Amino acid sequence: MRRTFGASFWAEIFILVMLPIALVIPKIKDYAVIGDSRAAALVSRCGSLDWLCWPRFDSTAIFSALLDPEKGGHWSITPTSPCRFERQYIQNTNVLETRFASGSGQAVLTDLMPVASEQFKRTAMIADHEMVRRLICTEGEIEVRVEFRPRVAYGEQPVTLRDHGKLGLRFESGGGVYWLRCNRPLRAESDRIRGTISLKRGETLEFSLSYAEESPAVLPALGERVHAAIERSVEWWQQWAARSNYHGPYREMVTRSALALKLLAYAPSGAVTAAATTSLPERIGDTLNWDYRYCWLRDASLTIRALVGLGYMDEAESFLTWLLHATRLTQPELRVMYDVFGGIAPRERELNFLSGYFGSRPVRIGNGARHQLQLDIYGEVIEGTAQFANVKKTLDRATQKVLIGLGKHVAGHWDSPDEGIWEPRGRRENHTHSRLMCWTALDRLLALGEKGLLDGAPREDFLRERERIRRQIETRAWNEKLQSYASTLDGDGMDATLLRIPWYGLEDAGSDRMKLTYRRICEQLGTSDGMLYRYARQPAEGAFGICGFWAVEYLALGGGSLRQAHGLFERLLSYGNDLGLFSEEIDPETGDALGNFPQAFTHVGLISAALTLEEKERGEPHPAEETGANTKSASRGMRV
Amino acid sequence: MNWSSWLLWGFLATIVLTTISAGTQGLGLTRMNFPYMLGSILTPDRDRAKLYGFWVHVGAGLVFSLIYVWIFQALGKAGWWRGTLIGICHGIFVLVVIMSLLPGVHPRMASERHGPEAHNLLEPPGFLALHYGIQTPLSILLSHAVFGAILGAFYRLV
Repeated sequence: MRRTFGASFWAEIFILVMLPIALVIPKIKDYAVIGDSRAAALVSRCGSLDWLCWPRFDSTAIFSALLDPEKGGHWSITPTSPCRFERQYIQNTNVLETRFASGSGQAVLTDLMPVASEQFKRTAMIADHEMVRRLICTEGEIEVRVEFRPRVAYGEQPVTLRDHGKLGLRFESGGGVYWLRCNRPLRAESDRIRGTISLKRGETLEFSLSYAEESPAVLPALGERVHAAIERSVEWWQQWAARSNYHGPYREMVTRSALALKLLAYAPSGAVTAAATTSLPERIGDTLNWDYRYCWLRDASLTIRALVGLGYMDEAESFLTWLLHATRLTQPELRVMYDVFGGIAPRERELNFLSGYFGSRPVRIGNGARHQLQLDIYGEVIEGTAQFANVKKTLDRATQKVLIGLGKHVAGHWDSPDEGIWEPRGRRENHTHSRLMCWTALDRLLALGEKGLLDGAPREDFLRERERIRRQIETRAWNEKLQSYASTLDGDGMDATLLRIPWYGLEDAGSDRMKLTYRRICEQLGTSDGMLYRYARQPAEGAFGICGFWAVEYLALGGGSLRQAHGLFERLLSYGNDLGLFSEEIDPETGDALGNFPQAFTHVGLISAALTLEEKERGEPHPAEETGANTKSASRGMRV
Repeated sequence: MNWSSWLLWGFLATIVLTTISAGTQGLGLTRMNFPYMLGSILTPDRDRAKLYGFWVHVGAGLVFSLIYVWIFQALGKAGWWRGTLIGICHGIFVLVVIMSLLPGVHPRMASERHGPEAHNLLEPPGFLALHYGIQTPLSILLSHAVFGAILGAFYRLV
């Protein structure tokens, strides 16, 4: 009988090839993130540091086993005998503790990038960038295997380690110098350190890996200094977390999301990066692998909503300043994404020497969507600014000028097809969500004018165009046959972004049209557990993390009951990993995380949903009711 | 030394430098606003900072033009191309040295070591001020070359 190589045959082959790999590669949700608001590292559940880019989030990686266990470098500290692993962040910090419990003993591995106040930094010599790993044996005796194997340029080249005796080991890459120091003697091979070390109760193994682009570099001390650095970092993060004024439900998860967001914010400029990684796949084994280590303007309004809502006004102001002034070179046009200093994100390249996460190739750096047209981002930026101005009650003249320029651009260009929020690499379409956000942009500018915060805007033009957009959405985005709003004008596809219509105040969540739209979205995009795909796609990708939180907000805003909203929110929280971290997507069948990790967009969605639940419980107004110009007509809603 | 000639052409050269700098910003070559950068040393208010910074910049321009004039006097001749050459050296000095020192002396500017604290600070310029746009060095070199050329061409030696 002749065998045909159908889909099932290739699936078997895929499983046979991948099974051995699956035994050694951690799942995405098995990672924890640590960082210092300038760079981030990923540490696996069993103590392997598999991702680190220095000095910035988007710099080249020296540990990238995440994307290729063979070629990418890693730094593992793992017990030699079988053991149980438990991990947690020290409460309200980004300091990770992993507990190893074997038959012979127990140990605690503490991983962090030390942080300190600027005041302290002025009084002490601190390494420019440092990663501290400390293992303490807490019971009995434990033997660990250490392998330190950095590879520069995402693993393309090995390093040359030089032994400098008691000073430690040194290697250079890309104009910078790395120093590895340890409180135990290290024997280096040419490009790695390998060895086993036994620790008895009370003994410690300490490492400091530092990076400097200027010489002489600071060589961080070990011993008491490491202990002090950990204490100081714990205190700094806890004090930062305590500044939150959020006292609503799910506080622990909201705080964890805030800490993740803070970690992804680039402190020197105020930008917030979308994620700490590149090319973690949206479908395992597929090509949907993108670089998210840049700053997406589509995240703007929700990020400011999260920061302002939690009371982090300094962070919100820094982000807003970056948003309005770092993007100046392209204004009044805005790009989809920028690097942390407002430069255009680099062009997309494929790193074909890497096998990719679970064979998900190609691994990409840079992002090809950087020149796409996404009209929704104008609304995001202006809505974010309006939220901030609503609290601060003032806007300086330069910001007003920028806003008016953006408004004029929206008024002149809203009626154009674009790539839309999800950045498909195909043809442009007339996306309903893009129209919604253009409406939001003009609406918020009119509101700012009414409040006396914006002088010199062409009010009549903005009024006229806002009404034209509203009419277009009401007539052409509504599909009579489908009895739902559709993802594109005159189209029949569904999209989870339609749930944002009430959030921005265009229509009431309890309107007939919105209720029917919600029902259709649940039918076509819902999973059995209440999560949502962002749109219908074959083959299906994972459920999209933030879309589920949008559904929570829709229900809380009047599309359903608060009880329903709480129920859905709690189900969604269960899909975070054991540390409360979320990636971009979730596999509805296995619950595994998919896509880049951790993902700021999902975390700001979580925070925004929690804030909405809190506001509704307290009977407080939603931000759209305060930032919008025409709340009376906006809440009218459409009858079917 | 011809004090009145220095004062007149030093002032005018600084005005032209500021105009070129603002022009290149307006044309989208760079995000850098020199008066704002200087003025924000004195006040966080953006509008006032630009005004104060303008006058600080004029003052700094006069001080720097004094150095140009001393060089012309020492050489015993001026001329537009000598001025341009000094201007280019001046521009390189600003890009390489002043920009890297600025985060250390500016009370409202972050350095690339800053974090995770998030006060509303100015972003650091980076090497050659490239964080303010990839064409920023061009803007600085051009404006300083013209600054030097004006001084060289119009300053009258005693």
